[in-house]
Amino acid sequence: MNEIKTKILHVGLMLALFAIVATSLVTVTEEKTRDKILENERQTLLAAINALVDSNDYDNDILTDTLLIPRVKALGTSDFTDVYRARKEGSPVAVVLTSIAPNGYNGKIKLLVGIYYDRTLAGVRVINHKETPGLGDKIDVKKADWILQFKGLSLINPVEDKWKVKKDGGQFDQFTGATITPRAVVTAVKNALYYFDKNRDDLFKEAE
Amino acid sequence: MNDVYGPIIRDGLWKNNPALVQLLGLCPLLAVSNTTINGLGLGLATILTLVAANGVISLLRKQIPDEARLPVFVMIIASIVTVIELSMNAWFHELYLILGIFIPLIVTNCAIIGRAEAFAARNPIGPSLVDGLMMGLGFTAVLVLLGATRELIGQGTILSEAHLMFGESARNMTIVVEDYRGFLMALLPPGAFIGLGLIVALKNVIDARQQAKLINVTAEVIPAKA
Repeated sequence: MNEIKTKILHVGLMLALFAIVATSLVTVTEEKTRDKILENERQTLLAAINALVDSNDYDNDILTDTLLIPRVKALGTSDFTDVYRARKEGSPVAVVLTSIAPNGYNGKIKLLVGIYYDRTLAGVRVINHKETPGLGDKIDVKKADWILQFKGLSLINPVEDKWKVKKDGGQFDQFTGATITPRAVVTAVKNALYYFDKNRDDLFKEAE
Repeated sequence: MNDVYGPIIRDGLWKNNPALVQLLGLCPLLAVSNTTINGLGLGLATILTLVAANGVISLLRKQIPDEARLPVFVMIIASIVTVIELSMNAWFHELYLILGIFIPLIVTNCAIIGRAEAFAARNPIGPSLVDGLMMGLGFTAVLVLLGATRELIGQGTILSEAHLMFGESARNMTIVVEDYRGFLMALLPPGAFIGLGLIVALKNVIDARQQAKLINVTAEVIPAKA
């Protein structure tokens, strides 16, 4: 009987010891890497923003000059999101905001949309999607140039009627075998432009 | 030397291949084998974790109480995967952006705990590291083969997006079949199951042929004796 007790105690203590060592190892690693990871993520975000708005076109710290906006129906967001504001010598240059197309072929498509103060598009990038590989995933800039065509467009170029894929009578190419994906992206970009159009001055308000 | 490592190498790459014979780690295997490059990415991340987990468990095998070995293995593997993920994110961020999505998938790969239990817990560090490496390579080989097959049948290319893994100069590594319209099912989950089934069948055919040859040879020898 006593032998079993000792055995159980021994095994239990060893298990606890391993748990303590394993947890400490993870904790120490987390501590040592936290700042570096945050910095890396900042750099990645900055690179994504600068792909839309040229870093020579603004002189403020765009990652801290942000505006937190609550959920917006036109942007498809379901939670608070950050809007990054670019300014030069204090005057507004562009915003970069998150827009979510809710109606992709395989769920939500998350977009980063850059819009200049004059209401033209600085550019659009897909940052997260689950579209079919080889078909719908051509919206990703890594796979095709399709997403680059939005640069320079606005609500008057093309006219509203043409903000559709070709199949629906608009001007944007669909992909062979995938119409739903580009249709969702085109609509989401158009809605983001509408949202910006209505809220432009609020979006550039200086942080209090 | 060859006596110890020879069977380990043969086991990992062919005879006891984790993907084809043990059928371990199917969840990440089936999910991520839609292109060659994806397969290679998951394969590399798996090799890294397998070798690290086998090494640590082999070193600690005398300390791990037999009755509680499974929870200890789980703790060790989970910590290793987390440490690898965090370190990669901090110091090899470019690589992390490519392989990062595969690392959490490895936690669901029972090939790792399988090797810990079947090999590393009973063998010294040298053979355990080799076992991890060979099992990892065997797993990677199947991933790449399945990935290439699905990619070729599904979208008519091989090694598309190679630049994500090998840099800009690899852009022209992609092989494209001209005028191929694609066959979507190969890229979707059913394609993964069918593809893996065919590869397992192919291995079994090759094994059966070899077995038949072996029997023929012995059959010729035995009558001579009688």
